Amino acid sequence: MTEPQESIIELRGATKRFDGRTVIDRLDLAVMPGETIVIMGSSGCGKSTTLRMMIGDYLPEEGSVRIFGQDLTTLDEAAMNALRKRFGILFQSGALFNSMTVADNIALPLREHAELDENVIHIVVKMKLELVGLRDFEHLMPAQLSGGMKKRVGLARAVSLDPEILFYDEPTAGLDPIATGVTDTLIRDLSKKLGVTSVVVTHDMASAFRIADRMAMLYRGELIALGTPDEIRASSDPRVKQFVEGLADGPIPLRQSSKDYAADLLGQV
Amino acid sequence: MSLGVRDTIEKLGSYGTGGLGYVGGLGYLGLDTLRWMLRGLVGRPKLRLDALSFQMVRVGVKAIGIIALVHLFIGMILAFELAPILEDYGMLSQLATIIVKAVFPQLAPIFAAIVLSGFAGAAIAAELGTMVVSEEILALETMGLNPIRFLVVPRVLACIVMLACLTLVADVVAWAGGLLVYTAALNLRWREFYDVTISVLVARDLWVGLIKSGFFAVLVSLVSCYEGLRVSGGAEGVGRATTRSVVLSIVGIIVCNMILTVFFFYFWPAQA
Repeated sequence: MTEPQESIIELRGATKRFDGRTVIDRLDLAVMPGETIVIMGSSGCGKSTTLRMMIGDYLPEEGSVRIFGQDLTTLDEAAMNALRKRFGILFQSGALFNSMTVADNIALPLREHAELDENVIHIVVKMKLELVGLRDFEHLMPAQLSGGMKKRVGLARAVSLDPEILFYDEPTAGLDPIATGVTDTLIRDLSKKLGVTSVVVTHDMASAFRIADRMAMLYRGELIALGTPDEIRASSDPRVKQFVEGLADGPIPLRQSSKDYAADLLGQV
Repeated sequence: MSLGVRDTIEKLGSYGTGGLGYVGGLGYLGLDTLRWMLRGLVGRPKLRLDALSFQMVRVGVKAIGIIALVHLFIGMILAFELAPILEDYGMLSQLATIIVKAVFPQLAPIFAAIVLSGFAGAAIAAELGTMVVSEEILALETMGLNPIRFLVVPRVLACIVMLACLTLVADVVAWAGGLLVYTAALNLRWREFYDVTISVLVARDLWVGLIKSGFFAVLVSLVSCYEGLRVSGGAEGVGRATTRSVVLSIVGIIVCNMILTVFFFYFWPAQA
């Protein structure tokens, strides 16, 4: 019998509130090494907040978030920074530094964290750009790139320090279908080639089914489904069904307001 | 107590606590910046000299033209305004004294700092604000890079060094403006103006101006960085931060100048 594998990221009872409003409610989620997990859900369900908790940007009010076995709520700035060198993040907009060239963007983490010779850094930058298919673009400024290219450069920067975990925040948002397909392939390739664990936050279902080993669905800050793409597709939960199939009618309402409409119009609430 | 009075007192109270919170936040940013500067000086981690030189060019070198223009006119305005009065007293030859004593410790550092707040301060607030909105600051943090060390320290240092240089440029140009009026409009000899300047100019005039410029530079750069880093609400937030950084910087410069002038009045007064 094999030993049960230890999770690389673990949220246990993680709760996050903003101004008294609970956005994440006692979330339990474990991510296994090497897997690609997709966190999905409609806008405002708390998936981005979950990502921000995983990267240590938000700390949970209750519960714990552990990465590589370390509880983020107990780490000081130096320990957190040391931990952050072990993971990379692709932001929704790419978040490239606009005042730097593509090459300098990718070289930045290397220059700051690895004591490497400039020649070596130059070679590593070329290798990372080749991974995302943009080797000839190193001298351009981010403003000269398309949205899809910015994301690919952002990805090259995210993997510059050879991270063990990659986080993706809406990697295909705002991309055309071809760029979406390219990005999906990249995510799959990177996790296969580099063996990294990937956490992808998205609401793009086609993309999610293409890249996921497991999928987690959030609804109003709670985890309502967790399983392989096939399990999610076969789920009998009407909320999961509605989201996966993109149906307008179902248990997930279009309107988020809890007030009575007529009473609201008449100023009675 | 009537509702209106209570409302007013509550509003004043909230402005007061808001103001204190702002000063506290600014002070915290200042201390953190100082900490990273000192760590940079001992090389752990090292100062980002490339970023510093880039900011120095941006903050200082590009502002020289505007500073020169503004101060040339300030020198000329002072000369035109005061020449008839001095002539009435039969002291037109002392025009250089007034120019030197007004410009070197007061007008040059103030106007150079105000130009800096409009020229560089607004740009810093807009740039950092845009970086917040486009998640660049978050990206820095998640790479384990401290935004204070990475962005604020080079900007504050560049402002300190360059505003001192700009103040010296302003001194010379404003003096030259006075000289221009003295020779071209009043038809007097430049040598007199020069000799009077040499006889009245003391080290204190220069030092007071330079010390003030240091305070103003720290103020303008910290306010601009603080406003930029606390942007929320997208493009509108960036616009608000830019405006606030300039307005608060100018008010801050005048208040700071008042405090420093009183300080120098008691501890290092001007002498005839």
